Amino acid sequence: MTATDFNTVLPEVVLASFAMLALLFGVSTGKDKVAPLLVWTTAGLFVALALVIGFSQDGPAQAFGGMFQDDAFARFSKVMILLSSAAVLVMSQTYMERRGLLRFEYPVLVTLCVVGMMVMVSAGDLMSLYMGLELQSLALYVIAALRRDSVKSTEAGLKYFVLGALSSGLLLYGASLTYGYAGTTLFSGITTTLDQGLPLGLLFGLVFMIAGLAFKVSAVPFHMWSPDVYEGAPTPVTAFFATAPKVAAVALLARLMHDAFGAITDQWAQVLAVLAVGSMFLGAVAAIGQRDVKRLMAYSSIAHMGFALMGLAAGNAQGVEAMLIYMAIYVTMNVGTFALILSLEKDGVPITTIDAMNGLAKRDPWRSFGLLVLMFSLAGVPPMVGFFGKLAVLRAAFDAGLGWLAISGVIASVIGAFYYLRIVYFVYFGKESDGTICRMDPIQSLLFTGAWVAMLVGVLNLFGIEDLATTAARALVN
Amino acid sequence: MANLLSVITFIPLVAALIMALFLRGSDAAAQRNAKRLALVATSATFLVSIFVLVQFDPANTGFQMVEDYGWIMGLRYKLGVDGISVLFVMLTTFLMPIVITSCWTVEKRVKEYMIALLILEGLMLGVFCALDLVLFYLFFEAGLIPMFLIIGIWGGKDRVYAAFKFFLYTFLGSVLMLVAMVAMYFNAGTTDIVQLLTYDFPHSDIALLGLTLTGGLQTLLFLAFFASFAVKMPMWPVHTWLPDAHVQAPTAGSVVLAAILLKMGGYGFLRFSLPMFPVGSDFMAPMVLWMSAIAIVYTSLVALVQSDMKKLIAYSSVAHMGYVTMGIFTVNQQGIDGAIFQMLSHGFISGALFLCVGVIYDRMHTREIDAYGGLVVRMPAYAAIFMFFTMANVGLPGTSGFVGEFLTLMGIFQVNTVIAAVATSGVILSAAYALWLYRRVVFGDMIKESLKSITDLSGREKMIFAPLIAMTLLLGVYPSLVTDLIGPSVGALITDYHAALPVGEASILAH
Repeated sequence: MTATDFNTVLPEVVLASFAMLALLFGVSTGKDKVAPLLVWTTAGLFVALALVIGFSQDGPAQAFGGMFQDDAFARFSKVMILLSSAAVLVMSQTYMERRGLLRFEYPVLVTLCVVGMMVMVSAGDLMSLYMGLELQSLALYVIAALRRDSVKSTEAGLKYFVLGALSSGLLLYGASLTYGYAGTTLFSGITTTLDQGLPLGLLFGLVFMIAGLAFKVSAVPFHMWSPDVYEGAPTPVTAFFATAPKVAAVALLARLMHDAFGAITDQWAQVLAVLAVGSMFLGAVAAIGQRDVKRLMAYSSIAHMGFALMGLAAGNAQGVEAMLIYMAIYVTMNVGTFALILSLEKDGVPITTIDAMNGLAKRDPWRSFGLLVLMFSLAGVPPMVGFFGKLAVLRAAFDAGLGWLAISGVIASVIGAFYYLRIVYFVYFGKESDGTICRMDPIQSLLFTGAWVAMLVGVLNLFGIEDLATTAARALVN
Repeated sequence: MANLLSVITFIPLVAALIMALFLRGSDAAAQRNAKRLALVATSATFLVSIFVLVQFDPANTGFQMVEDYGWIMGLRYKLGVDGISVLFVMLTTFLMPIVITSCWTVEKRVKEYMIALLILEGLMLGVFCALDLVLFYLFFEAGLIPMFLIIGIWGGKDRVYAAFKFFLYTFLGSVLMLVAMVAMYFNAGTTDIVQLLTYDFPHSDIALLGLTLTGGLQTLLFLAFFASFAVKMPMWPVHTWLPDAHVQAPTAGSVVLAAILLKMGGYGFLRFSLPMFPVGSDFMAPMVLWMSAIAIVYTSLVALVQSDMKKLIAYSSVAHMGYVTMGIFTVNQQGIDGAIFQMLSHGFISGALFLCVGVIYDRMHTREIDAYGGLVVRMPAYAAIFMFFTMANVGLPGTSGFVGEFLTLMGIFQVNTVIAAVATSGVILSAAYALWLYRRVVFGDMIKESLKSITDLSGREKMIFAPLIAMTLLLGVYPSLVTDLIGPSVGALITDYHAALPVGEASILAH
């Protein structure tokens, strides 16, 4: 353990120390009135770290004997995680303040969660993987139940906790099997073992770990928690659930599959393909009947995770690249959509039913247009950028010989288009509504506008994320 | 100007952006400004597009006025026109000012309406100019969004159902095409249409689910593209979205839909299916020909019993598109020339017919045939114009409708006389439904009280019809205006097609 090790994990150390200091600061001042300050400081720190990580010129590094890896893939994912977390934090501030939810623990918990996610995407060992995952999950369980006096919110937290614990159990079981057969928890060690053939136990371990991670990604058939949790949790927390943790979980899956089990791509690719096809269809079909926009977004995210997994199922660098592009686009769309959902209210009470958007176009043409762009982008209709994400994963899947998966994917996306269109229908064709207003603070406005403009203008050059994603994917798959 | 095609594609889009950003308010003045700006933009597009036509060299069968820039994800922004696409570009730019003028009396959310129409025009032009698969797909699909909104916001009573049906139907067809495009990219390593046109896609038979598939990959790709274009066309039996969409769409929406959007299907067959998958096309051609023949007869019969004017014309459109697909899949000079001619002519005629319905709908707010009768008494000018386009729709010699039908029938007769006979009966049926419609609406005694005060065409309305009448007559008496332009490109397409078929195995059709 040397100074270089700590140098490599410096961003995580900084964030963890910040979280603890913030906690002390919050406790000592004793009141939630420091919360807005903490929210802004935390978000500022996230952005600063994202810049530091994004522009860092250091070569790939390992720390603590390979338990922690810092490479282009980890950096790409970390930047996504940090930026989306910062966005969600700042856009939820006024919402939480108005509902009296803004406690100083919130930014602290989010920070801890982000530390967990950063460890996850950098994991080089089953131990650090589990540590990161649990740190993230524990923080998430708590913020899901942030609204302590609401039955739904506590129910969401509890449900998430029970099912999350189960999935952690599955993952641990798989990890212990893997350790038993590989004799090591290091990813590189597992790869070495695989060079001499694939013991059956290791295969079992692999499948259990995929199942555990599929819970976190909310891929079918391990998705049941997500609609309830999305609905029950306070909306800003839902926005958080839909963005950074998804990136972290998918990135972790990619990391584990390629770093540890890269030699047996054919074994796990088919598992992921099945998860992908199930998620895409369930996400598309089940969302049709939803009347609550948060539940709808839950199913929507299940479907989108299906597409991301389709990229992973390709099992090569192109697939990882497609997955990263897809996730970056997905996160942007979700930040924008949730910025709008957060701002919907009626008589000062937040409202999340879909028909609340009835006739929004008459009162608020620009925001309606923005929402239209985001919805078509989520549905994957060109020229919105969401289409290019789909195109990238389709291309990867097809090149990997998964033509059937690509075809199922596009059929699912047609079914899914229906419910995005329904939102557009309410916004543009709906009758005049009963006083729902769209009260956005400047930050929400900025993020919302930024997101939809990006989805429209991105068609020109995708802001260069393809090159970054290529580098990141090459770093992971070699 | 080097970037002529980009210019015409983006004038409407930029105009839409300007309108969205800088035009404020919704009072009468703002509405008038929106309409004027839209008219100026579409007219400017038309004027610039004349330069395209002037610069175009018919003898050159390759792509002209090509623009090629790098784009994202290894794709290219590449535009160009050849003999097959140039007239569709002209058709679009020619009709859009007319469409804009036709909605001069609209008062509901005018600014948004104009923006939607302008965006739609830009996207349609993009479809006909695009020379990159994904760029084509982008324009092709993006056109659904403004059309969805046009039907859904400004449409009739059941507009929501029609809008959803329109969108999901076409979207399903298109995404299958997207998969095929990905497969083509995988195979050929490029999305450049010019290169793909010369690429020989594998066509050895493959076993699929225990069956042998003749034509292999080419047949599969053909079917995927067919799913998209057949829906767009629309061909029987996937035409059912069209009557709903037409009936519910506002007049301008119907005109754009019938006159231009449907042509994308035919254009797609000529640009992709025939030249890129000749073996697959050859294998599937008999099926397509029979589907077309059935479409012609069946939808003509359906048209006979309609009680809604727009629905009747919509079914008549499907029948006329049947001639187009039939002409295309004969793969001979007369057939394809006729198909393109028929598409252009149908653009003018069906557009005019929908405008005719729009004229009386604006006055009476009903499209029921029974609600009318004896219009000739109060509206002589209208009766004359409606008569002219009814006759053109029937295919009266001297109008452009005749040339298209005649050429396609001549084409099919060389290939399959049975199908030719079936299709020819459609000519009689079209006379039946069109003339019967005309009699019920225009002739007879004017017994309806509500019609007694109906007014004849205004100056603006006459102005809308004038260019359409001129084009229908001009192409009717001097068809070589079109055939000279498209002939060489079509000839090259046919030669390449027959050359690409396996040696020693004559075309399935050649007997």
